[in-house]
Amino acid sequence: MATVTVSKKACSVNPLKMSQPIGGALAFMGLRGAMPLLHGSQGCTSFGLVLFTRHFKEAIPMQTTAMSEVATVLGGYENVEQAVLNIYNRAKPEIIGICSTGVTETKGDDVEGYIKLIREKHAAVANLPIVYVSTPDFKDAFQDGWEKTVTRIVETMVDAPKSPARRDPTKVNVLPGCHLTPGDLDELRTIIEDFGLEPTFLPDLAGSLDGHIPEDFTPTTIGGVGVEEISIMGQAGWTIAIGAQMRRAAEAMQQKTGAPFMLFERLCGLEANDALMAFLTEISGRPAPMKYRRQRGQLVDAMLDGHFHIGGRKLAVGAEPDLLNEVGGLLAEMGAQLLVAVTTTQSPVLERLPTEEVLIGDLEDLENLAKAKDCDLMVTHSHGRQAASRLKIPFFRMGIPMFDRLGGGHQLMVGYRGARDLIFNISNLLMADHEENHEPTPETWLEGFSSCHATAAH
Amino acid sequence: MSSLSATIQDVFNEPGCGKNANKSEAERKKGCTKQLQPGGAAGGCAFDGAKIALQPLTDVAHLVHGPIACEGNSWDNRGAKSSGSNLWRTGFTTDINETDVVFGGEKRLFKSIREIIEKYDPPAVFVYQTCVPAMIGDDIDAVCKAAREKFNKPVIPINSPGFVGPKNLGNKLAGEALLQHVIGTEEPEYTTPYDLNIIGEYNLSGELWQVKPLLDELGIRIMACISGDGKYREVASSHRAKAAMMVCSKAMINVARKMEERYGIPFFEGSFYGIEDSSDSLREIARMLIERGAPEELMDRTEALIAREEAKAWAAIAKYKPRFKGKKVLLITGGVKSWSVVAALQEAGLELVGTSVKKSTKEDKERIKELMGQDAHMIEDMTPREMYKMLKDARADIMLSGGRSQFIALKASMPWLDINQERHHAYMGYVGMVKLVEEIDKALYNPVWAQIRKPAPWEKSGDNWQTRAMAQAEAEAAALAADPVKAEQVRRAKKICNCKSVELGVIEDAITANNLTTVEGVREATNASGGCGACAVRIEEVLAELASASHAIAAE
Repeated sequence: MATVTVSKKACSVNPLKMSQPIGGALAFMGLRGAMPLLHGSQGCTSFGLVLFTRHFKEAIPMQTTAMSEVATVLGGYENVEQAVLNIYNRAKPEIIGICSTGVTETKGDDVEGYIKLIREKHAAVANLPIVYVSTPDFKDAFQDGWEKTVTRIVETMVDAPKSPARRDPTKVNVLPGCHLTPGDLDELRTIIEDFGLEPTFLPDLAGSLDGHIPEDFTPTTIGGVGVEEISIMGQAGWTIAIGAQMRRAAEAMQQKTGAPFMLFERLCGLEANDALMAFLTEISGRPAPMKYRRQRGQLVDAMLDGHFHIGGRKLAVGAEPDLLNEVGGLLAEMGAQLLVAVTTTQSPVLERLPTEEVLIGDLEDLENLAKAKDCDLMVTHSHGRQAASRLKIPFFRMGIPMFDRLGGGHQLMVGYRGARDLIFNISNLLMADHEENHEPTPETWLEGFSSCHATAAH
Repeated sequence: MSSLSATIQDVFNEPGCGKNANKSEAERKKGCTKQLQPGGAAGGCAFDGAKIALQPLTDVAHLVHGPIACEGNSWDNRGAKSSGSNLWRTGFTTDINETDVVFGGEKRLFKSIREIIEKYDPPAVFVYQTCVPAMIGDDIDAVCKAAREKFNKPVIPINSPGFVGPKNLGNKLAGEALLQHVIGTEEPEYTTPYDLNIIGEYNLSGELWQVKPLLDELGIRIMACISGDGKYREVASSHRAKAAMMVCSKAMINVARKMEERYGIPFFEGSFYGIEDSSDSLREIARMLIERGAPEELMDRTEALIAREEAKAWAAIAKYKPRFKGKKVLLITGGVKSWSVVAALQEAGLELVGTSVKKSTKEDKERIKELMGQDAHMIEDMTPREMYKMLKDARADIMLSGGRSQFIALKASMPWLDINQERHHAYMGYVGMVKLVEEIDKALYNPVWAQIRKPAPWEKSGDNWQTRAMAQAEAEAAALAADPVKAEQVRRAKKICNCKSVELGVIEDAITANNLTTVEGVREATNASGGCGACAVRIEEVLAELASASHAIAAE
């Protein structure tokens, strides 16, 4: 069992963490016709916008209440009102999702009250879905913003079914954590549909940020789950939640609609996917399709082939809790030692990580610990590239932001196939590193000899 | 906060700013506190602007005092390059938490400065103020002063919380911080008659290095570049330079002007985009240095170098000219680039069908008119749909823009080239111009376009979303052409002032009814230009148009 410690530094150096409001905004981006709106000054939105554009390589819908100094002191009612009306007039959204920021939380704006007043004053937006989530920047992290937003969407937008008899056993709700990529969601959709079930993803980034070419230019999201579809999610037979972060949202769904839920803390790896297959077999009453029996075999083979390269590796991972659990878990199962684990925020899953200590810290911590423990593989988002190059160790990119490589949105981790691909990609990286930097020369034999000699002499 | 608002007033009072010079006394006092539109705004905040302007100082530790959003969401996202230290690429932030918000973050800030100095020992620490600590009253000036005394090291406060205004204001506040705390605080080891400051150049993609060898060859020393590939001590002793070149006047005109005022360093505004502009700038640098005491022969050597470099560049570009014949470019960018790139592209034989002027000053627009002729197609502000229509209507073959609008072009299966800060290639100087031409050629002639424009096998020919969108747009245009009343309605409904939401028709009516001749008159009558004032230029155009129309009627 891992102990969780929090960094004692006053100054965070090379942040691993990103802020809550943009985590919330990303969740809203998985809704169709949505416009996420950050209640704060312009930079709050523009930083998130640039970050997501660089990661997904897509146009990103996101707006700001553009709080000025005066508005911040006096309160932001007029800015929220103007923003909602402007967005309504210009973008014709199906839903507006508002996240607060550090600025407006410090002042203490009552946004729920504002929304009520705006609806009363303007008939046009009286029935427009507007969801508000409190997400101060000075608390928690990206993953928490996502979690709170999904929970809030469930609480406010899902209708309670009129009678339990109307529950449809072929329908399944899926609540994915923010560590899953649009590619992962597509893979999961295929798996669930192959069991004859009909999944509804909330949020569904695969519909909006998977890089497809839109039918028309729209300033809002171009796909995702629709407001109507969300409202009838209570009729589903089951809810599948992925990642420990989604427990609260799943519980909210159960409480409101009675739909039972199953939480998968991990979906990367053999056992994790065996559990998924068993569960889908049970709720659908159908045996696992042949396709997945073959894929399971392929994953087992990949594990056998990959363990030569991954086994014994001293691993340093910096990621948000659930992603850390997925990738750290898989690589530990392949024989790597998770020596350094750095994360952004508290989570029950941290204690269960296959390592002794987890640090809530930054990339400076990751770099220093990796150096101290002589790690030989680093996994984190693109910001870690400088640290890895200073340490001269192979670097595998995972998580948001991934701005210096293509395909971050399609990186696959879930399902037998996802785990297989991940094992291949990491093994290939290690093989390439070996060819480039660790081929033996006469000197390496000498060094090996002298180090043996030195040990023997002691 | 009072000193910050005084600084802001001071920045707005910039006599070197063309926009300001055209305003009345009262208007100047009000400054350009651009009221940003909630729900309709994009772009960064003042903090963003300050950090963009100063972060290219490579050996300085840039510490952001605020919650994680300000640095955690944004660090490491610009492509400035360094020839030495990489400290500027390290993200430092106090990442303040709830407790700090309640009890104040000054202690954490002081400890952070100490940790940085102990671990990294930079020549200076720059501390950026953000919204939340500004609201709770953290006095970063006092903390920086205390730290400076305690650690005997420059600790510079940059007072630019995001909510005081837009990115551009932040650029200027950053310049003020340099003027107040850095420039003139140290003396250079030695000086020469060839010492030049470059102001407002950020060395994105290492562009400065495309020009530096030329200056080196002429024996001209870049005493300080503010701030691309800059070092703290260079900026601190930059007050001993003989002349300065101002590259981006929108961002740092206050620095250039005040250095002229305080230290007698004359400056000129120039560009290294495009062959002729590069040559003009080199000539101007030589002329100014000679004026300040460099030997006359510098000009001869400069002319010789220009002749050689121009010949080389023209030769390299010449082979593209036949390939570019009849090819049309749509340019969506801002500020100085809107005209400096126009010149560059025309040199390569490309035809420009439009350029955006959203961020351009009046002078920028004049220059565009000079280059492209009176009916230059200047685009104020565009929705994605309009931009796509523009691409198709103008039959542009390629769009050059910043990353924000790239997907409009790409998803419309149109070639696109990044010419903003996230670009991967450097386009400055003679070699940069050749590189730009090469890149345009690569984009235009990439075989990928032919493939991706083909319909899918299940699509009937011509029945795709692009055709449908275009048909819709054409139908709308045809309907307007057939209905002059409706067309006039649409023309009059065009928004001139976005802040106060005033339409063209309202302004025209007010002008004719009251015989208005000035922007101020229009503002009094209609409230237009009562917000950010950016539409003053457009109102002037309306005034001029109506005046010439009434002249024409009078003449008949």
